[in-house]
Amino acid sequence: MAAKAEFPGYLRQDGRKGIRNTILVVYLVECAHHVAREIVYPYRKQGVHLIGFSGCYPNQYAFDMMERFCTHPNTGGALLVSLGCESFDRRGLAETIAGSGRPVETLVIQERGGTLSTVEQGQAWLGETLAGLEESTPRVTMAVDELVVGAICGGSDATSGITANPAIGRCFDLLVENRARAIFEEGGELIGCERIMAERAVTPELGEEILATMEKTAHYYTTMGHGSFAVGNADGGLSTVEEKSMGAYAKSGSSPISGLIKPGDVPPSGGLYLLDIVPDGGARFGFPNINDNAEIAELIACGAHMTLFSTGRGSVVGSAISPVIKVCANPDTFRRMAGDMDVDAGRILEGRGTLDEVGEEIFSLVLEVAGGAPTKSESLGHQEFVLTYKSFEPIGPACLPV
Amino acid sequence: MLLRISDEDNVYVLLRNMAAGTVLQLGEQETAYETGLELGHKIAARDIAAGEKIIKYGAPIGSATRDIRAGEHVHVHNIKSDYLPTYTLDSITD
Repeated sequence: MAAKAEFPGYLRQDGRKGIRNTILVVYLVECAHHVAREIVYPYRKQGVHLIGFSGCYPNQYAFDMMERFCTHPNTGGALLVSLGCESFDRRGLAETIAGSGRPVETLVIQERGGTLSTVEQGQAWLGETLAGLEESTPRVTMAVDELVVGAICGGSDATSGITANPAIGRCFDLLVENRARAIFEEGGELIGCERIMAERAVTPELGEEILATMEKTAHYYTTMGHGSFAVGNADGGLSTVEEKSMGAYAKSGSSPISGLIKPGDVPPSGGLYLLDIVPDGGARFGFPNINDNAEIAELIACGAHMTLFSTGRGSVVGSAISPVIKVCANPDTFRRMAGDMDVDAGRILEGRGTLDEVGEEIFSLVLEVAGGAPTKSESLGHQEFVLTYKSFEPIGPACLPV
Repeated sequence: MLLRISDEDNVYVLLRNMAAGTVLQLGEQETAYETGLELGHKIAARDIAAGEKIIKYGAPIGSATRDIRAGEHVHVHNIKSDYLPTYTLDSITD
């Protein structure tokens, strides 16, 4: 299925193109969270999203991730909200954003007269910035081969691995066939699949890197004493982490694996990429990702314009910055929560469709959403966002052979 | 109603919710289910000995912790991960 579809995009100074033109309001420590949320509130349905980092201690990963979010192709500008005494390098971040050609303002609450006055000034900046935004952002035509699409599963049950995940896999095959960049994750949900994944790598050296990453992952989760397996997974018929993994693995489709990336690495060209989200340097900061949204945020930091989210039990989350397409694996869940679901993949179980048909439906939806059509979670105002402490070493040369 | 995903699998997957009291005929083996089972749950496709690998998607997804009869519900009560222990709310009080 070759797609000639073109859709309108927003051109950024670095040459990348976005499918949304979102203004971010960014709190730089939890102490500035409330003020930032109040600033956003009247604008929350006008393309203004709230993101932030709660920690007061400095962290290179968090800073790098924040740079990626604020210069993401879907981001049109940013308002930074600082308490004033936290460690986050607000000047460095503001310089990066300004250097990318985007409007940016920093409000330091301690210097701006406290809560009420900062909220007023923030809303005034938003009003002015939104008024001129569409006019000042150059529009371009975008094609499928310029898209970056992530995939994740959350609230999985035993239907996820039979319907939604393999259907997303079919969609990933179509995306890769059309030279888009497709990213799947994550090691902790792929425990047990390491050998078969390594065999799909485009070079033996990349295969070795995948095996080493999976060993790091298994070791990390063993240290934590708990794998990526929630109570609801077992209620839904999944018995072990490797059973869940085999189902999750189906999201990757059948294309060769072109590279192994870490949060913030943008895939260099069309193909299928595995995202390693497990920190380097041992288990220091707790669970690698404390929930699904931390993972979605990392896919976005890798440039994902949107995320395909497979769910059996029925997750409702969306995300700031990049839309989330909800692919529902379980037909009962779809009937219960139709207002939250974009695709009814569970119909395969009831003989109302095939994997190929659902895969093509997801692919068509990707193009529609890229063209501006809102997803269910986007319409409902879901803008979940999570960023925590981590630390990574840069990827080695064998990770991106092409 | 039952799906064997890969030819090598020794478990079936339930494609529909099964009410309590259902009787299933698998080959010569007849099994009556006292409690209902939700779709997605696994049923042994043949007798599986304790220690044997459970195969689904053509790949091992754990090992049997006791002998499992053909037709029996296969889940956390009779299989375990070969990697990490499975956490359920019941295990908190164990």
